[in-house]
Amino acid sequence: MTRLPPNLVIGAVLVALVAGTAALSLVWTPHDHTLLNIRGKFAPPSELHWLGTDQLGRDVFSQLMVAARNSVAVALISVCLGGVIGVALGLLASAMGGVVEDVIMRIADIGFAFPALLFAIMLAAVFGPSLMVAIIAIAFINIPVFARVTRASANQIWTREYVYAARAAGMGRVVISRDHVLPNIAAPIIVQATIEFAIAILAEAALSYLGLGAQPPAPSWGRMLSEAQTLMYLAPQLAIYPGLCIVTAVLGFSLLGDGLRDITDPRLVRQR
Amino acid sequence: MTLLSVEAVTRRYRLPRRALWSPPPVLTAVDAASFTLDAGRTLGVVGESGSGKSTLARMVMGFERPDAGRILFDGQDLAALPPAALRRLRPRFQMVFQDPYGSLDPRRTVGWSIAEPLRATGAEERGKVAEALEHVGLRPADAGKYPHEFSGGQRQRVAIARAIVTRPALLVADEAVSALDMSVQAQILNLLMDLQDELGLAILFISHDLAVVSSICDHVLVMEHGKTVEQGAVGQIMRNPGTAYTKSLLQAGGLL
Repeated sequence: MTRLPPNLVIGAVLVALVAGTAALSLVWTPHDHTLLNIRGKFAPPSELHWLGTDQLGRDVFSQLMVAARNSVAVALISVCLGGVIGVALGLLASAMGGVVEDVIMRIADIGFAFPALLFAIMLAAVFGPSLMVAIIAIAFINIPVFARVTRASANQIWTREYVYAARAAGMGRVVISRDHVLPNIAAPIIVQATIEFAIAILAEAALSYLGLGAQPPAPSWGRMLSEAQTLMYLAPQLAIYPGLCIVTAVLGFSLLGDGLRDITDPRLVRQR
Repeated sequence: MTLLSVEAVTRRYRLPRRALWSPPPVLTAVDAASFTLDAGRTLGVVGESGSGKSTLARMVMGFERPDAGRILFDGQDLAALPPAALRRLRPRFQMVFQDPYGSLDPRRTVGWSIAEPLRATGAEERGKVAEALEHVGLRPADAGKYPHEFSGGQRQRVAIARAIVTRPALLVADEAVSALDMSVQAQILNLLMDLQDELGLAILFISHDLAVVSSICDHVLVMEHGKTVEQGAVGQIMRNPGTAYTKSLLQAGGLL
């Protein structure tokens, strides 16, 4: 058994911390995160309020926990949504080749060139800002990423002799994509999904910061950050806490993705 | 009876263009190759790498269409068949590949891989996988193992089991023993000859090694840069090579 790369271990620990906090917030938080207490605003950390209270006297720790749940949920749903569509398009492009492949990949190029923020603003203008807008916008930017990774990996698999054997057996392209291509490109797709998860958390924070994502009273790290911005000199800790949470989550998923790539990609020679 | 008839088949590839406005150069990989193969017989195709023999194999397998000429399997033109009809015909001609490490999906059990041609046609699977494994000298219990649990020679046996499970009339073996060491090569060649006797297989045996070809084939076709330079009975060509190229292949095989 070789030693696991340190980035994998650190990433897994941080991700477990964030995911565990998010899960715990479903059943328990120290306080109701929406409970106001104007007289107890800007309270310093204490036994009652572990990280103190904000400008409306709400418990900061409880808000951060619930915000973790929102961030993870938004990232999970959007990456899964974008991933499923992107992988399907990538598999289709690779299986069909020719004109179909060219058309799908050129559309993906356009998707790459289209700024996600602009798309989110557009959606928010039409449907009103909500977490759903954030989810759809993030899913949208994920589609071309997954389509590209999938097509590149799948194209390699299509030249393998076992795929030729399946073709000689009389298997169709759809069945070969399902039976041979997808299982053999699962590793790079999972790695990409982990890295996209980090980007999605950052994107959710950014959209919520701009008011295009989570709406009050639903707490979000990005929205906490934007609300704390005006109070920077009065209570800098209110901006620092959600900032640290975003850093922890993004760093965790990035390191996990890197670590997974290190142990699954045979092209990277491990020097340990 | 003629099983496979290749009539003046040509395949050209367009190479990357050298300059932006120049027409892309064309490589003629196979140039008007013709031969026939009778049921139950073996034809060897010999040539050095780049001589077009693998392209020929891919066209016979229906993976690529010839640019000119026809490939008739059992009287049916492969390139002219609609896809569904070609798929129905596929169980009757199967292929064994060069690389025993690349021709089996590493994520599937060998039993799953061997059953693939049966599933493709909706044929009854029961018992046939075990039978095919026994045919190639493996145990039916091996069906549950993964490719990495086998040696190169054993994997090639698995690949052959997959190729014969539908009882094809034609087996295309593209460098099927080239990746194996000498003693294993002999075992696999013996296996192919035994299977030919048992199942009445016709074999299109493609190799760079004239020594191997001469040990298994009745007839041989010698290719150089896509062109057929010599064609005839093995004994005759061995005794009396008509070209310097064939002579050099004989020398490379230690036969001269």
